[in-house]
Amino acid sequence: MATKGPMQDPIVDPMIDPRTGEYAVIAPGHNFKSVTQKIAGIVLTSNTPLGWFFGLMVGGGVALGVVIGCTWLFLKGVGIWGVTIPGAWGFAIINFVWWIGIGHAGTLISAILLLFKQTWRNSINRFAEAMTIFAVVCAGTFPLIHVGRPWLAYWLFPYPNTMNVWPQFRSPLAWDVFAVSTYASISIIFWYIGMIPDFGTLRDRATMPAAKYFYGMLSLGWRGSTRHWIRYESASLLLAGLSTPLVLSVHTVISFDFAVAALAGWHTTIFPPYFVAGAVYSGFAMVLTLAIPIRKFYHMEDLVTLRHLDNMAKVMLATGSIVAYGYGMEVFMAWYSASHWEFFMMWNRMFGPMGWAYWILILTNIAIPLTSLWSRKLRVNVTYLFILSLIVNTGMWFERFVIVVTSLYRDYLPSSWGTYRATKWDYMIYVGTMGLFTFLFFLFVRFLPMIPMSEIRMMLPQTKVTRGGADAETVSKETV
Amino acid sequence: MPPREGVYGLLAEFNTPGELVQATEAAHHAGYRRMECYTPYPVEEAAEALHFHKTRVPMVCLIGGLMGVTTAFLMETWINVWAYPLNIAGRPLFSWPAFIIPAYEWTILFAGFSAALGMIALNGLPQLYHPVFNAPNFRNGATTDKFFLCLEAVDPKFSLGETRTFLEQFPAVSVVEVDH
Repeated sequence: MATKGPMQDPIVDPMIDPRTGEYAVIAPGHNFKSVTQKIAGIVLTSNTPLGWFFGLMVGGGVALGVVIGCTWLFLKGVGIWGVTIPGAWGFAIINFVWWIGIGHAGTLISAILLLFKQTWRNSINRFAEAMTIFAVVCAGTFPLIHVGRPWLAYWLFPYPNTMNVWPQFRSPLAWDVFAVSTYASISIIFWYIGMIPDFGTLRDRATMPAAKYFYGMLSLGWRGSTRHWIRYESASLLLAGLSTPLVLSVHTVISFDFAVAALAGWHTTIFPPYFVAGAVYSGFAMVLTLAIPIRKFYHMEDLVTLRHLDNMAKVMLATGSIVAYGYGMEVFMAWYSASHWEFFMMWNRMFGPMGWAYWILILTNIAIPLTSLWSRKLRVNVTYLFILSLIVNTGMWFERFVIVVTSLYRDYLPSSWGTYRATKWDYMIYVGTMGLFTFLFFLFVRFLPMIPMSEIRMMLPQTKVTRGGADAETVSKETV
Repeated sequence: MPPREGVYGLLAEFNTPGELVQATEAAHHAGYRRMECYTPYPVEEAAEALHFHKTRVPMVCLIGGLMGVTTAFLMETWINVWAYPLNIAGRPLFSWPAFIIPAYEWTILFAGFSAALGMIALNGLPQLYHPVFNAPNFRNGATTDKFFLCLEAVDPKFSLGETRTFLEQFPAVSVVEVDH
């Protein structure tokens, strides 16, 4: 059994609590003080690792792509992109859907897994939420710059104006404005509320006056009062309960952007569930992409254990299978609908001039992950998971590419057929948002507590309330 | 209005949540009412010992959600039926199924902000100053690994000597006076 990897043998597995037989989520040997010191130390240290500066610089350098690309875009207009008729939606919409999908795993981890009492989420929920917010920042950039006149983007919102013009609420694009802005707002408030007690800890442990002031302000004067905690827990649960339908609705609304249009390949009822599953799939891949280097770099293997990675890989397996079902259904419906246009669209998608994109998608999204993730050995192989997470995110990007481009460029009338070719500005802004995401993430791991300390404390065995007797003594010894 | 000078209360420090809960239960039994526990993570048993059960956060959240759905739906109806009617492919002006989607989003938006801001407001935060921060051992432990019980001086049963004796019968690490 030992050949099957460190998680196989139940007898020598250090993660199993010998007293209760329960599977520990974090490695044994930690107490309240050690987890606090470990997590707060990353933020409060005066020795910032050199690697952090390097990463921040690389991220910031690549993010300049957004600045330069957008500057030129604002000067010249969307003509610098590859969008044209009939391919009026190009990289901007692909990237928008891709980024916002990545964000969804963060909400899923923080909200849905909280409701299902999956305590293993506590180690990863904070940076998954951060990932959500930064992904929404990157995603939100695209529709704004895609509107052509971004300085008038506020026209999207219903506000009284001298023109007496109002939004048109039968359009999915207006729904999008509401869905994405609500998603961004609720994600930020959920993230901030989650950090308030940790800001209190940082305030109390900081030695630099500036840090004390900064975290003190952010903590709002949190003092850990029990009455506060009860209201806090109540608000957290409510926010989780609200975020769950929210996250499902956001990608549903985004899929309506496509599904409401009367275009072959878009006009299908399977889009909402299949978009949501794809979003969660890519999001979990992104959590792995981030978690694996971070746990290594900051020596967090005790707190983000192989069990976390294994569980995330299982979620990817499940959501990836739903996505695969979605692809299968699309092909089936193209045949079963007996619609000439649907059939041609699918044929063109697979074997037309851009057929290569479809097969990359099948290879990276279905063939590689869904065959290998069944193996537990591979699910706990950190290197493999990291590479796989990059493969899946490539695949999910190609999924959006296939949906957007191959449905548009050859529509009903052959005389209006065209093609789509992205320009260097498309690539520059796209790669730039990856830099922006990295840059924001590096700032986050340095200045904010990336693992929720108060929630990690709740997972320690010392939290058990015992009323006197021998048991209490052993617990108190462990705490000291 | 509690006095702003003198003693705020007596603060006992414990090493484990179990000791804190025992002391809190005993204090409640002894007749103390104006007291508070301070813990580094939520300890539900401590809230039970304080007999603090109901929070109004869910009610605030519900009211917020109802306000959100009403606001959004009425706004959409007013805009698309009266303020700026547009014929979009012959669809009815009052296309209520389409209006549900933004109304749904605003339900969540308003409810979420009500829950979060309602929690902060009911907790009386932001409150950057509080007397317990004056205790020398409070900030080193309350947000890290120690458990505190504070019996407040406004309680009619409070008297410096007797309350201190009462608290010292528990395995507290220390019992300190907290000044305003």
